[in-house]
Amino acid sequence: MKSRKPSIPYIIWMVVFTMIPLVMIGITAFKDKQGNFSLQPMMNAFYYTDVFVKSLWIAFISTVICLLLAYPLAYLITRMKKSSQNTMIMLMMIPMWMNFLLRIYAWITILQKNGPVDMAFSFLGIHETYIGNTAAVVLGMVYEYLPFMMLPIYTVMSKIDGSLIEAAQDLGSNNGAVFRKVIFPLSMPGVISGITLVFVPSASTFLVSQYLGGTDDIMIGDIIDKIFWTDQNTGSAISLILMIFIFVFLVIMNFFGDEEAIA
Amino acid sequence: MKRTISIIIAAALSATSVACLAGCGESTAKDAGEVNVYNWGEYISNGEDGLMDVISEFEKETGITVNYTTYETNEELYNMLKNSNVSYDVVIPSEYMISKMIDEDMLLELDYDNIPNYKYIMDRFKNLACDPEGKYTVCYSWGVTAMVYDKTKVAEKPDSWEALWDKDLSGQILMFNNSRDAMAIAMQLCSVTPANCTKEDVDKAAAKLAEQKPLLKKYVMDQVFTEMENSQAAIAPYYAGDIATMIEANPDLDYVLPKDGSNLFYDAMCIPKCSKNKENAEKFINFMQKPEVAASTCEYLRYGTPNQEAFDSYISDEIKDSELTSPSDDYLDKCYVFTNVPDDVYVYMQEQFVKIQAE
Repeated sequence: MKSRKPSIPYIIWMVVFTMIPLVMIGITAFKDKQGNFSLQPMMNAFYYTDVFVKSLWIAFISTVICLLLAYPLAYLITRMKKSSQNTMIMLMMIPMWMNFLLRIYAWITILQKNGPVDMAFSFLGIHETYIGNTAAVVLGMVYEYLPFMMLPIYTVMSKIDGSLIEAAQDLGSNNGAVFRKVIFPLSMPGVISGITLVFVPSASTFLVSQYLGGTDDIMIGDIIDKIFWTDQNTGSAISLILMIFIFVFLVIMNFFGDEEAIA
Repeated sequence: MKRTISIIIAAALSATSVACLAGCGESTAKDAGEVNVYNWGEYISNGEDGLMDVISEFEKETGITVNYTTYETNEELYNMLKNSNVSYDVVIPSEYMISKMIDEDMLLELDYDNIPNYKYIMDRFKNLACDPEGKYTVCYSWGVTAMVYDKTKVAEKPDSWEALWDKDLSGQILMFNNSRDAMAIAMQLCSVTPANCTKEDVDKAAAKLAEQKPLLKKYVMDQVFTEMENSQAAIAPYYAGDIATMIEANPDLDYVLPKDGSNLFYDAMCIPKCSKNKENAEKFINFMQKPEVAASTCEYLRYGTPNQEAFDSYISDEIKDSELTSPSDDYLDKCYVFTNVPDDVYVYMQEQFVKIQAE
């Protein structure tokens, strides 16, 4: 049997910083203020169903838009010559070197009243508010998470063996058929991890909605944050429900991933 | 051979001398000891704008090392003291948190003989409502909530909190994203005295706030600065000292001290039970109330100083005359202190506020 010793530090790390906190949240979610077993926190959590659904909805829309933008982009980049590929990836990465919050501030400046967008459209006689609504939140999410969708898809696509494509062409496939029958199925693992990397954080974040959204765009992360001030039990209950949702989502995603990999 | 020995001896000698130096250094540090200060972020004069760098000044004068860390909310401070195994010597919570901490026996009684500068504290800020016997606290700074508005967007100078419910300003109003301050304003308009409020009062205020929500642009805390300074909103309630900062940045802005009166809040220095350096903590508290130090705190924060001597002799006239930093005694008499709210009412208040936002 191979020695397991090297993995011990990681196991300790996982137990101390992942397992124990998870168990503690699980326990806190089923207690009342005095520390007795109670279902009240769970009942309280259901009050926020609407916010919950809206958060998942915003995350879903953002993920779909990210996918629609990132997939063709990743495909186009893999078609370029190697040096341009690196430049393009670099260009995608540079904004990520900046702080998350700073990038949101930039969007506030762009979208605000008398900002560049407003100025340009006022010139055409259109007066609208571009910030403080759900669309602005989705825009912010897409901007923040697009690289997380693009990079895994690109990585997987650029590893596709060129001889498979040639073989398909030799067997009479046109470009469309090559894409449908070879490239698309083989790129699925990248798509799956991209979706996971975008959906999970955008469902739980609240910074974007706090800065770009209006009063109706509060997200579940924000509720958890505020509730934790005074009521850690309900806060834990909501966190637990959110985790279960994300877990179920990941299981479904894995299921798809395996199937596609076999096909 | 000889050379090797001499090298060894030299090495040994230098090693011992280094050890001695290190040891000596340690012992002097130990003599004066340290003090662990846990304060609000950006809440102490740090040497900017020609003001005093308070912490290094204190270290220079006493030789005590200051370990300075910061928090963002009273609740963060409370959870830190309550749930984790830390040791702080000086903390600076707000009035309502102090009364909670006193109730839960989390603070040490101060020895005022070690804090001679306490004599400079104004009578209004001795025996605070949260510490009526004056045993645990030395006031650090205080202020009131006021309104800031944009003269280009609000035609007539508003005079009451009612302006935050003005339908003509719909979509341009900002509101506190903080249950206590938001509820307090709503309670005043419902003719409820926020201090000692009950759950029924909270319900009334919550209904008033729910009525306001469709008119709001946003619930904000720190974002109020960019919103108002860049002329993105018309009117907002905020802490008076910060309004002074906003007006400096945008001359279109002006302020109102609402005629309904407002919330007088203060933060005070306390020593938590977990303190291991009580003597140094008292030295630090005393230092913070030296008139010149208190004055630079006031000029940095733009919040009121409780220190009479600092106010009389050290603070610039511009700040002294500013109604925002130093409202008149007459106005202060109209203000209430929001303290002693029972824990269950406070939890209820927070819950109702979150629910309004979740609607």
